[in-house]
Amino acid sequence: MTTSGLAHRVTRTGILLALMLFAVVPLLSMFTTALAAPGSTPQGLSWPSDPHWHNFVDAWSTANFVALFRSSTLIVLGVVPATVAMATAAGYALAQLKVPFGKAIYGLLLVGLTLPFEALITPLYYDLRSMGLLGTRLAIVLPLIGLLMPFGVFWMRAHFLGTEPALTEAAKVDGANTWQTFRRIHLPLATSAWSALSVLFFLASWNQYLLPLVLVDDPTKRTVAGGLGAFQGQHGTDIVLLCAGSLLIILPSLVIFLIFQRNFVKALMQGAVK
Amino acid sequence: MTDPSSVPAARQPAARRPSARRRRSWSALLWVAPAFGMYAVFVLFPMLQSVQYSFYHWDGIGPATPAGLDNWKAIFTRPELLQSVVNAFVLIIFYTVLPVGLGLVAASFIRELKPGAFSTTARVLLFVPQVLPLVAAGIAWTWMYSSDGLVNQVLRAVGLDQYTRAWLGDFTFALPAVGVIGVWVMLGFCTVLLLAGIGKIDPSLYEAARLDGAGPVREFFAVTLPGLRRELVVCTTFTIIAALASFDVVQIATQGGPGYQTMVPGVQIYRLTFLQQHVGQASALAVFLTIVVLLVIWPIQRLGRQK
Repeated sequence: MTTSGLAHRVTRTGILLALMLFAVVPLLSMFTTALAAPGSTPQGLSWPSDPHWHNFVDAWSTANFVALFRSSTLIVLGVVPATVAMATAAGYALAQLKVPFGKAIYGLLLVGLTLPFEALITPLYYDLRSMGLLGTRLAIVLPLIGLLMPFGVFWMRAHFLGTEPALTEAAKVDGANTWQTFRRIHLPLATSAWSALSVLFFLASWNQYLLPLVLVDDPTKRTVAGGLGAFQGQHGTDIVLLCAGSLLIILPSLVIFLIFQRNFVKALMQGAVK
Repeated sequence: MTDPSSVPAARQPAARRPSARRRRSWSALLWVAPAFGMYAVFVLFPMLQSVQYSFYHWDGIGPATPAGLDNWKAIFTRPELLQSVVNAFVLIIFYTVLPVGLGLVAASFIRELKPGAFSTTARVLLFVPQVLPLVAAGIAWTWMYSSDGLVNQVLRAVGLDQYTRAWLGDFTFALPAVGVIGVWVMLGFCTVLLLAGIGKIDPSLYEAARLDGAGPVREFFAVTLPGLRRELVVCTTFTIIAALASFDVVQIATQGGPGYQTMVPGVQIYRLTFLQQHVGQASALAVFLTIVVLLVIWPIQRLGRQK
């Protein structure tokens, strides 16, 4: 029993370590490559004898980093507050109010949960062209709001279904109208739900690649991921610069995740399983 | 960040308070209108347009001419279109089967650990690939698979030089190589979600299993697996959609090549519309992809709802 217990423990630790290694090795390989001599072709994973930290500075200016960040921030600010606000209102109504055709509306939204972005990109391109928005950040922001909406409504409705109906009743007795009940009671209670949704939508907008690729020509008006794709297209042959640039560009996603890691994972699980 | 007073429709009901609580209140529609409006304009309407385009020959500029079922027949007869759909299904092995399987193993191992630095590190590290842009996953792995990359470096180090190759350019190995990127991205999501599910399983079930003399393996099949039904449905649904609708990784890593070995419907739709101006054909493939996703996902969802 004890020997087999020990064997199990060794296997378990070994497999977990192997999986952890699998998860980080591509990023480590990028990191050591980013420090190699500019223009050289280093081996996949080797610590350079003379690390060129300056590569990150070069990549910063080559990738037009500041413009890329400014653009992504504008896109996130355009998408996230609006989508979360609309989804919260709709989720609340579908869970707590008697919405006419509520079932049909929710059903149509549910279909949107499974729709691949690629299935919409062709008509979106021609629609936005006829609206005269092609090439502007609005061409990314507006469709993203629509595309993220099904998940947002699904998520917030699931939250509001779980709130105690007695709360609403009590507020009614006190003479509060629907808006006041929502604003004073339900919205504060839903803080964890809509803040987690904000983090998820931040990542979804920041990492969005297809929409910017198709709808905006100028890489400096795209998201970070769209800019990264363009950077790869231009500097794909200079592996050192490409690795340094990629690492710089993905750093914000990484930092945001590590900061919100605890809440993020908790919220993801609560939401996804409902 | 989200100022609720900025919801225009949400202000309205204050003025038109529903007269009877239990009756349908038309003002409640105003709460749903902005969300549904954006969804209708930027998702539902384009979807219908896709259906319409799929019955036309159109280059995106000149007039569209009716095509009957030509674009639809082509999906089943033109090899590069058919193969893209087949490849997408092959990717399910890598995006879904392997991450869910390995995720089950990882999650049940992490559960057995005492809470502490090691279990937290495992959870966080495994999840990191999921939060990065898929473009970054594509770039990182393109470098891993290149002739000077880590995969070949390891093969040379252990004396297997004859197996080294440019993996993403290899006709046999390109698709599995792209698939491994999918495993890398999805593993953390599945592990973390399944771990959460395990956390909700009644601990007394594990005690009972142990009293019955069950080892870790029997414990897994008797207690863990049945308790994870809903989480498994969520994982499977999410990863299958990611596999069938893959775009970013393939576009960055291989653009569908060599030949059509790694072509997937997403990349093919992009190419047909924006590089080859076959808008009708792209739209037929897009609608077909949507139907395929729905057909695959619905039975899984039903399975999740049954008791």
